[in-house]
Amino acid sequence: MTATLPGPGTRTTARPRTRHDRQFDRIRAREEAGTFKAPVQGRFFSKFRSNKLAMIGLVVFSVIVLASICAPLLTTHDPQQINLRAMLQPPSADHWFGTDRTGRDVFARVLYGGQVSILVGLGSALMATIIGVLIGIYTAYVGGWVDALAMRISEILMAFPQIILVLMLVAILGQSLSNLVLIFTLTGWGGIYRMARARMLSLREEDYVQALRAFGLAPALIAYKHILPNALGPIMVNTTLSTAAFILQEAGLSFLGLGVPLSTPTWGNILNVAQDLRVLENNWWLWLPVGIVISLFVLSVNLIGDGLRDATDPSQQG
Amino acid sequence: MPQNDLVDDQEGRVTALAAARQAVPAPEEPILELKDVKIHFAVTAGVFKRVVGHVRAVDGIDLQVRRGEVLGLVGESGCGKTTLGKGILQLVNITNGSVTYRGNGETVDLAELDSKALTPFRKRLQIVFQDPYSSLNPAFTIFGSLEDPLKKYGVTTRAERRRVIGDLLEAVNMSRDAMDRYPHEFSGGQRQRIGIARALCVEPELIVCDEAVSALDVSIQAQVLQLLMELKRDKNLTYIFITHDLSVTEYLCDRIAVMYLGKIVELCDAEDLYANALHPYTEALLSAIPVADLDKQTERIVLEGDVPSPVDPPSGCRFHPRCRHARDICRQAEPPLKRYEIDGRDHYAACHLIEREAAD
Amino acid sequence: MAPASDVALTVKDLKTFIYTNNRCNKAVNGVSFSIRRGRTLCVVGESGCGKSVTAASIMQLLPTLSRIEAGEITYHSDRGDIRIDLLPRNGRKMRAIRGQDIAMIFQDPMTALNPVYTIGFQIMEMLRYHTRLGWRARYRKAVELLRSMGIPLPEQRVDEYPHMYSGGMRQRAMIAMAMSCNPKLLIADEPTTALDVTIQAQIFDLMETLKREHGTAVMLITHDMGVVAELADEVAVMYMGSIVEAGTVDEVLRTPRHPYTRALLESIPILGRGKAQEIHAIPGQTPNPYKRPPGCQFADRCRYRIARCETMPEETQLSGTHRVMCWRHADEEVHLDAAE
Repeated sequence: MTATLPGPGTRTTARPRTRHDRQFDRIRAREEAGTFKAPVQGRFFSKFRSNKLAMIGLVVFSVIVLASICAPLLTTHDPQQINLRAMLQPPSADHWFGTDRTGRDVFARVLYGGQVSILVGLGSALMATIIGVLIGIYTAYVGGWVDALAMRISEILMAFPQIILVLMLVAILGQSLSNLVLIFTLTGWGGIYRMARARMLSLREEDYVQALRAFGLAPALIAYKHILPNALGPIMVNTTLSTAAFILQEAGLSFLGLGVPLSTPTWGNILNVAQDLRVLENNWWLWLPVGIVISLFVLSVNLIGDGLRDATDPSQQG
Repeated sequence: MPQNDLVDDQEGRVTALAAARQAVPAPEEPILELKDVKIHFAVTAGVFKRVVGHVRAVDGIDLQVRRGEVLGLVGESGCGKTTLGKGILQLVNITNGSVTYRGNGETVDLAELDSKALTPFRKRLQIVFQDPYSSLNPAFTIFGSLEDPLKKYGVTTRAERRRVIGDLLEAVNMSRDAMDRYPHEFSGGQRQRIGIARALCVEPELIVCDEAVSALDVSIQAQVLQLLMELKRDKNLTYIFITHDLSVTEYLCDRIAVMYLGKIVELCDAEDLYANALHPYTEALLSAIPVADLDKQTERIVLEGDVPSPVDPPSGCRFHPRCRHARDICRQAEPPLKRYEIDGRDHYAACHLIEREAAD
Repeated sequence: MAPASDVALTVKDLKTFIYTNNRCNKAVNGVSFSIRRGRTLCVVGESGCGKSVTAASIMQLLPTLSRIEAGEITYHSDRGDIRIDLLPRNGRKMRAIRGQDIAMIFQDPMTALNPVYTIGFQIMEMLRYHTRLGWRARYRKAVELLRSMGIPLPEQRVDEYPHMYSGGMRQRAMIAMAMSCNPKLLIADEPTTALDVTIQAQIFDLMETLKREHGTAVMLITHDMGVVAELADEVAVMYMGSIVEAGTVDEVLRTPRHPYTRALLESIPILGRGKAQEIHAIPGQTPNPYKRPPGCQFADRCRYRIARCETMPEETQLSGTHRVMCWRHADEEVHLDAAE
């Protein structure tokens, strides 16, 4: 095929070939032969798929999520089962990540803990997104005092030191999984609300919105049905990224003993034992594997989020 | 009119209005009548949103739109033509004045209605936008975009809605199956046709075309212009055609209103504008337009400076800082829009100097 | 033919392809022209015809995913001929040519000026890079340039930021920047499309003056036939990557030989002809750049199409300056039809 191309061969002698040249030659040859690959999926998917880091993130994410969900299939140990005869055992064929101070299998606890941690992270992020989007999209579209009120409330919540809010709420409502999700939702919706609002403020000036207004359609219909789908891209990215943040927060709060009750295994609760300096020095298997899992998971979620952002960004060509 | 040095702006306008009223023996009631329409936007500053001034986007417009005509609204950016178009459709709030609609035996001031009472009139007045890329919702198919308005105006079954939208697409020379495709699959000209189809879907009487062909390539522009004219004939429409392109206006419109800084400076029949422009601004505007005809090259009148800010418009005649004929009176008194007669046709212009010339 | 020394730039059989989304768009597909000093060449065409890509090729300001495939761009400098297409895109030589020898102004003066620096600073940057003037001399030159561009109170305006300028003044400031090193060639890519007609008239006046006083060669890219009639000395009409017709403004506008040129002229209303004039729309739309017709790119929309149009027409020289790419350029039937 290349024989029929007069151009590239001759001119490359004068100008150094860049890394693009070979790719260009290939595309051109394909184009002239009429055998270009018509993109089957949309640009979004092809861009996401060509992003290696995002794909690695997706794989790691899937492995961890699947392992957590399929925990009963992967381990025969009960994460709550106390075995005083097998305390603080280092990793072995039976206990892959060793055992903790009460003889519970750490591998089983990491798997089952993943269920709770991921639930808290995803659940809080989804709740925060729903609330933030519901409020942000509508108030920004309507504007006026409704908008100002919502803005002030979100500012107050965001200005409040989160840890104090958490302490207060834990003191009032007590420690439980659902309370944790509630707290995260309450403190976390502000960011997504502001994002949805900012997006809405630019979208509502678009001509198609003006056209819908010229038909006298109800504001809620225009805002939620017609404009929201166009704002979803960046919001989705933000939700992904806040999932990672919430998992870290859960780990942090549980580490301090403020999160989910200590009896329930979560990644944070498992790490909780590492408060003891002796454990930190002598029993690395109690904190290192779970620490790595948390880091990997958060990293993978962030990679996915970045990949989504790049794929939804129309200004980046690929 | 008293020719003392400081003519009250209010008085001046009233005189002009009175002149306009007695002068026009309206053969038919106008479909739309604007009286002293002002649209101001507050300019705020600081944390507490203190109002520090007003953008006088539209500042006292009197205008009648006759049924079945094409009225051109021309002017440069910032002259308020687009704001006025949106004001007519109540897409922006009107600060002052009335927008009277007459049709089906009703006479209502649209500016006074709340959004609910406005609904029945929404289907009489529609709008076509400039930018074919932002005027269609990228997340919906054409059917999805057009469905809700139809639902609201009583086309209840889905099959019926599909039929109506299909008919509309055929009316704008597109195929029926375009309705199940997304906007990004269409070219600019096709999108503009769809935008027109959308405006037509509630069978309006009057359509505001806001720079409807300005963003299109020349070869496509002519297609859309011809489509607009065909539709006007077939459906007995009235257009308000907002544009900065005087060549298109002259070709398309029956009457043309030239706007400058929120006011109408000249209003007349299309054929009179080019031949007998009275206002110095119109003259300059006409001479500045590049004409694709080597035999028609005229001397350009190059205006000095830029359009002043509509927050703080010049005193007197708003055009005086750029006008080469400006005299003292132009700086002091705002000229009213006065009626003149040229070859038996009405011609309105707002300039002190026309009378001087006539008197000299 | 003009003496060679008169020619500022020659483009010969230029091909620039754009590679985005794994497709190859032959944006400029074999374009030849030359620009003479003190003359204006108008490149006219619709969006996507390749006129801006041609300009970007000359300046080597092409997007990353694109490449000059073939052809020659020769800049005839006082120091001898320079093959621009052979220079590395961002090498020292290319950067020296940009601004000093060939300058460019863009459609949107707001995005082409950096909002965080004063206008004066930005002009002085150009002078700092391309001349050996000291700070004081550069400052004086910047004020002088603004004054010559007709900006009121240049001593004061030189220290202002772009957002304090109006649209028309920004474009003047851009031209001041472009003219700061007395370039031999000024490329103006739709310089007045974003401006109002009265401001456009000011800018055109300015460009005419510059051309007259400095003998600058001007390449003006536009979609407006009116602008062509007012400003051009020579015209090149582009359609889908080729120059379909080129010649002096008289030849092209008075005796258009390509059906596309004529259709373009017939499709625009002309001010002063009123409602009686007939305008003819060009049917259909410009083809998808990835699904180009095999032969004449205009064939699908052309009234005079014949079987032969399935192959790419050759360029025919009608006179010393007038050339056209159409198989039926000499067909009397076609041109009689038009004369009616």
